[in-house]
Amino acid sequence: MTDDDLVFKALADPTRRFLLDRLYKRDGRTLTELESVLEMTRFGVMKHLRVLEEAGLVVTRRSGREKLHFLNPVPIRLIHDRWIDKFTERRISALADLKHELEDTA
Amino acid sequence: MTAMTETRVATQVYRVYIKATPQAIWDAITRPEWTGRYGYGGRAEFELRAHGKYRHLASAEMRAGGSPEVAVDGEVIEADPPRKLVLSWRMLMDPEMAAEGFTRLTWEIEPTQGGVTKLTVTHELEGAPKLALIVGGSLEKQGAGGGWAWILSDLKTLLETGKRLD
Repeated sequence: MTDDDLVFKALADPTRRFLLDRLYKRDGRTLTELESVLEMTRFGVMKHLRVLEEAGLVVTRRSGREKLHFLNPVPIRLIHDRWIDKFTERRISALADLKHELEDTA
Repeated sequence: MTAMTETRVATQVYRVYIKATPQAIWDAITRPEWTGRYGYGGRAEFELRAHGKYRHLASAEMRAGGSPEVAVDGEVIEADPPRKLVLSWRMLMDPEMAAEGFTRLTWEIEPTQGGVTKLTVTHELEGAPKLALIVGGSLEKQGAGGGWAWILSDLKTLLETGKRLD
């Protein structure tokens, strides 16, 4: 699987997107904090976090006895810069062209 | 508990995997002829030893946006080429951010398999909420650039393809 595949696979799950949203709101959380808001076993949450970590979307750091989870936005940025920008730019310029045409004929 | 939580919020961690040697990445971070070629641009100047000076000069674009000649200043806390670079780091482009004072920035470079190197940036931003917004990319729509995620994406593109992002 390529890096992009891992990211898309990780994002294709509502619980994992929810975990990323939680980290976006407040970064550097422990597993205990993350699991407290989910109706899921600790093991289940750990599995989801592992998928996010393998996709590079979550990076963990040790702080004393605790393991903190940080959101890493870079893989999403890479997809944005290489993929999404390309298509949205074309669409936006098509809309801009349409606007010019309509305004010219008005 | 609350105080602890607030401290944690202030750290941002970014990681990217780049098909390049640790030395190539180290050079891209520390050599002025490289730092001008990705992200916000501008020449970085380092005295690569503990307590050495660090400053990042403003690019023409930054100066046109009102930046002073030195956009970022600080001190080298630890330099272990080509593995680890720890800096104190203060943004001077904007008086409010300059007043937030020095933050701590760590670059970690680790080789993995297949000629791919893991690059991790940890920015400890205690007491610097305005700088945290900029480097977190939250002010991109206001024209402040995409912060570390954008810089690292651009650096990866440059080192892997020799080109910049469009």
